[in-house]
Amino acid sequence: MNEHPPIEVHDLTVAYRKKPVLWDIDFSIPKGKLIGMIGPNGAGKSTLLKAIMGLLPLVSGFVKVYGKPLNKKNNQIAYVPQRESVDWDFPTSALDVVTMGRYNNLSLFGRLKKEDIEIARQSLDRLGMSDYAERQISQLSGGQQQRVFLARALTQNSEIYLMDEPLAGVDASTELAIIELLKELKEQNKTVIVVHHDLHTVADYFDWVMMLNLRMVKFGPVDEVFNNENLKITYGGKLNLLSEMAEKVAQ
Amino acid sequence: MSPDFWIIVTAILAATSCGLIGAFLVLRQNAMLGDAISHSVLPGLVLAFIITSSNSVLPMLIGATVMGLLTAYLTELLSKSGLLYKDASIGIVFTFLFSVGVILLTLFAGDVHIDQDCVLYGEIAYTPWDRFIYASTDLGPRSVWVLGGVLLANIIFIVSFFKQLKITSFDSEFAESVGISTKKWHYLLMTMVALTVVASFEAVGAILVVAMLIIPGAVAYLLTNNLIKMLFLTAVVGILSALGGFQGAVIFDSSIAGFMAVFGGIIFVIALFYKIISGRIQTQ
Repeated sequence: MNEHPPIEVHDLTVAYRKKPVLWDIDFSIPKGKLIGMIGPNGAGKSTLLKAIMGLLPLVSGFVKVYGKPLNKKNNQIAYVPQRESVDWDFPTSALDVVTMGRYNNLSLFGRLKKEDIEIARQSLDRLGMSDYAERQISQLSGGQQQRVFLARALTQNSEIYLMDEPLAGVDASTELAIIELLKELKEQNKTVIVVHHDLHTVADYFDWVMMLNLRMVKFGPVDEVFNNENLKITYGGKLNLLSEMAEKVAQ
Repeated sequence: MSPDFWIIVTAILAATSCGLIGAFLVLRQNAMLGDAISHSVLPGLVLAFIITSSNSVLPMLIGATVMGLLTAYLTELLSKSGLLYKDASIGIVFTFLFSVGVILLTLFAGDVHIDQDCVLYGEIAYTPWDRFIYASTDLGPRSVWVLGGVLLANIIFIVSFFKQLKITSFDSEFAESVGISTKKWHYLLMTMVALTVVASFEAVGAILVVAMLIIPGAVAYLLTNNLIKMLFLTAVVGILSALGGFQGAVIFDSSIAGFMAVFGGIIFVIALFYKIISGRIQTQ
């Protein structure tokens, strides 16, 4: 349908207070893959997602989405920020948060239509959250809050999804629901990048893996690049336990 | 209409317009920026007086808004530079601008008809005598017109742009990712805060206007989990503190604005206890 890759990043450098936090990042994402992004704390994983979304100033380089600069107004990419980035005591309900995914389709003075609410309810349903639609967000568990964020992204009906640690600190049933959703998205040939922290599950959950530590250490299919050697480079010397585990995965 | 009637109307208008716009400061954890703006509008006011040598409303509003936005901008600039934390940046910017205002006020005190006490504490009791006269017709107290206009502007602003204000307050990164500029809405909100603050200045002064901005919204934030209900509750708390403040001032023959803030504080404490007790019951 489109010859251009969903996301193409070239020569990208991002600095925070003059200190570079991402160096010379260069990659091109194939369509329809589930991509896990791993790396130690401070490796720049969230920063890379934000840079792709155009939320940060770039020192150099560019990001192209289907061969063009990102147009935030047409839901090309649905972004799921870290759960901790917002105040969950905010006076609003789960359904209300999910409908925010539809704001993109509204004009300056536009209001939500019945159809938007319907789409939001369906998205909540896809994540097994129908019963919690009217619940105040402060009364949801961490896993439920995460599902609300994912439901919001679903309402955008995008081709590309960027998710920042959706599996961090969630309960087992939420993890299952999210993995189920990732599979569904893959079946629909959507492209998904997920920041992930649990090396045990990388091979089970993802097709491709992006190994990041300020620079792009390795990016490719899991069975080709997710090995002990690359993990060592990515995590430096701090990876004794983890590397044993990775060996097992590789076997 | 008796002066008392107009005083109560002025108090209600000031408390509700400050409260409604201030509710968003509470939600955005930006309450201290409201405090800063309420002080730093002073040089804007004095300059407007000096330049136009009159106390007409429009130059005052313009001067105050420019200073309010400058405060928001400089604070952002300082804290983004990575040299200072946000609270320190706010502290430096607004005290600097406020002191410039104080100096201008003392230097030009002869030419400027602003009472320094009035700037700090406001004097709502005098507002009924400052009339709005158009084509030699007396249309009532000027403060009622100005505050009424600002309240209307705030309501129109909030109702028209409810979704933008909500999404940028709740999740600024997501808002940005769907093309709703957090920055733009931040500065638009600060413009409305500056306008509201300067309109309320005469009535409640630079210090107590902060109480009007923050307390009603903070009470409502404690009592409800619904944003629309929160805004209605904010208005109710504003009206109650205006009425209670007036009564208190009459009984004790003291400052109306002072009693409005005290009454707001009492409502806040009651709300806090209610929240704690009801929370206990829920968790048991």
